[in-house]
Amino acid sequence: MNDQPERPNRPALSLHVPEPEARPGDEADFSHLDIPPAGSVRRPDPHAPARETHDLVFTLVRVLDEEGKAVGPWDPKLDPETLRRILRDMMLVRVYDDRMYRAQRQGKTSFYMKSTGEEAVAVAATHALDRDDMTFPTYRQQGILIARDYPLVQMMCQVYSNRGDPIKGRQLPIMYASKDHGFFTISGNLATQYPQAVGWAMASAISGDSRIASAYIGDGSTAEGDFHAACTFAAVYRAPVILNIVNNQWAISSFSGIAGAELTTFAARAVGYGIAGLRVDGNDALAVYAATRWAADRTRANLGPTLIELFTYRVEGHSTSDDPSVYRPQDAASKWPLGDPIRRLKQHLLALGEWDEERQAALETELGETVRAAQKQAEKQGTLVTSTIDFPQDVRTMFEDVFAEMPWHLKEQQAQMVAELAAKRK
Amino acid sequence: MTVMNMIQALNSAHDVMMERDKRVVALGEDVGYFGGVFRVTEGLQRKYGASRAFDTPISENGIVAAAIGMAAYGLRPVAEIQFADYIYPAFDQLVSEAARVRYRTASEWSLPLTIRSPYGGGIFGGQTHSQSPEALFAHVAGLKTVIPSNPYDAKGLLIAAIEDDDPVLFFEPKRIYNGPFDGFFDRPVTPWAKHPQAEVPDGHYTVPIGKAAVVREGGDLTILAYGTMVHVVLATVAAEGVDAEVIDLRTILPVDIETIEASVRKTGRCVVVHEATRTGGFGAELSALVQERCFYHLEAPVQRATGFDTPYPHSLEWAYFPGPVRIGTAIRKALED
Ligand SMILES: Cc1ncc(C[n+]2csc(CCOP(=O)(O)OP(=O)(O)O)c2C)c(N)n1
Ligand SMILES: [Mg+2]
Repeated sequence: MNDQPERPNRPALSLHVPEPEARPGDEADFSHLDIPPAGSVRRPDPHAPARETHDLVFTLVRVLDEEGKAVGPWDPKLDPETLRRILRDMMLVRVYDDRMYRAQRQGKTSFYMKSTGEEAVAVAATHALDRDDMTFPTYRQQGILIARDYPLVQMMCQVYSNRGDPIKGRQLPIMYASKDHGFFTISGNLATQYPQAVGWAMASAISGDSRIASAYIGDGSTAEGDFHAACTFAAVYRAPVILNIVNNQWAISSFSGIAGAELTTFAARAVGYGIAGLRVDGNDALAVYAATRWAADRTRANLGPTLIELFTYRVEGHSTSDDPSVYRPQDAASKWPLGDPIRRLKQHLLALGEWDEERQAALETELGETVRAAQKQAEKQGTLVTSTIDFPQDVRTMFEDVFAEMPWHLKEQQAQMVAELAAKRK
Repeated sequence: MTVMNMIQALNSAHDVMMERDKRVVALGEDVGYFGGVFRVTEGLQRKYGASRAFDTPISENGIVAAAIGMAAYGLRPVAEIQFADYIYPAFDQLVSEAARVRYRTASEWSLPLTIRSPYGGGIFGGQTHSQSPEALFAHVAGLKTVIPSNPYDAKGLLIAAIEDDDPVLFFEPKRIYNGPFDGFFDRPVTPWAKHPQAEVPDGHYTVPIGKAAVVREGGDLTILAYGTMVHVVLATVAAEGVDAEVIDLRTILPVDIETIEASVRKTGRCVVVHEATRTGGFGAELSALVQERCFYHLEAPVQRATGFDTPYPHSLEWAYFPGPVRIGTAIRKALED
């Protein structure tokens, strides 16, 4: 330490390290949250100057009230068919997640990540986009693929890294990719996709296209430099992009205060960049839909990006490698005041008279069967092999796709590997 | 003495140093309350307070830059990068800043900082939890790079790194945190408790940076390895029944050239082993050094057994990993030629 000079008239400094309201052993406490009633937040015209949104970054756009009624100016007034479709997709994501989580526990794959409680931020937002808009997701938006009818069997094959895996077992489970479904390849390196989405959107603008991009990032990952590169580029070029921040309040064991949420909101980042910003109840599928549509309309009119904070809660552990009971109260998820996105949309459909318990039960059964059948199909093509060399893929594929053309050194290494495996089999 | 696995030994190194020296602070993603995703910093926040062991925002360049600033003040930060695969956002701060502050200030400033990071494969972590990027840093003038292979060395080297007045990159072979995996993936791993190097002194000691260890003496050939591969090499040597001299480098840079030279002059043959990709890997440097300095003692070309030049695959991990077959082939080639 530098020799500290005598400073008799100055107080000693101390470091502030944020701590969450409650830790294991405490009761979960969300009383500090300021949650405005549904329908109470103003809806500016999508063509309004960005600054007219800047009070909205400190509140919460909400549509569904406690009784399940859609209220206020943000009600997207969706037809019952669309509402039922969003409900179904969210339910399917949850059943799928539970099933794959269990498969990992049974040793059929290495890893899994659920999106429980966060289904609306992927599913409802995707239904508010056009089918050919591009998305740059994180590992927690499997709901995008489901909302775009990506085949479940193929999703599972990716999770199993098996013969049917479209990306040939190259990536960890849940790191899907599908050009046909406007779903950019998931990176394990946080935040990288965010400025890439802006680049894609800039390209769409450069090319006189009409498609827009939608990017996702977690609350914790907004600390990465890439987040700020994305916002700056998006602002400078008024890129046709929606910048979603999924604030599920946790980043593995670190609460959102470690990402800067003690002093302001994530949506408030928009103010500094001069772009439009919205803060949205992420467990309210209608609010998510309405905000996404607002931002999409705005950016399709060449008025630039919108930063949307989707306020939600990570109900489960970070991944199959995580045990949240050692860093947050066990009852936290059940006390989360914004409820469950599936239950809330179901309640809304019931209140509209467009749904009933029998149909709900029938849908649950149907989705359970669909997922079970898909799993059977997927497992016919193998599961992850970790203790033998009976690989699901042709081993030679390891050297493919490094480059378009395989250079000499990879050809040599490929031959070496084939010989090695022959030796191992002997 | 206590029997420790590598995680406990690394934790003990932090504890010893934080106890002795209030300039030592630990920081990184999930490092504080939780104690790190591999639990290396467990209990430190409880014992030393949140201003000496704390969580950071998810920003690797922020972590390294802040550690540089703390070191410039005079602290001795020990920063964790959660996986070596996530160190790249910090590349500029490491390469352009940490590595050069001493040089560009003619030693007016030095940066006594340690960057710890779990590295390496064998855990089905796919391309972002498996990489071995040590050569990228060894290539940079001004960074020391250390890689332990057992609990005793891990603690002694980490203490030496914290006490070192220059930036040290400390890569931890996560595959052997809990036991010395030997590359035979279809056999159970013996726990550290059965290994002599798991006897770890409870207090302060150092293992010097820049000193390799001869972990097996032999006359047929010299094998250079570090980290997990030390154990894979030893198991392969046993399986092949060759009388190899196995050197655990322990420090990549500055490498212990005397120990290497003495051994290769004796055996006349050399195999270099690492998990990292082959082209431009640290094995290339080792091979060049051996060739430059021991050419007239060599009876065969230096062989390399390494990872392949592809991104780290998920499902084909055991075809990718440089295990006993690849190393055995290299050994036989070095002996035949
Ligand atoms: C560059 C980088 N640093 C660290 C990690 C390790 N890591 C994986 S997920 C995660 C937490 C991310 O939290 P958040 O952004 O809030 O997303 P969430 O998991 O809550 O969806 C961390 C630190 C990583 N994958 N990439
Ligand atoms: Mg989060």
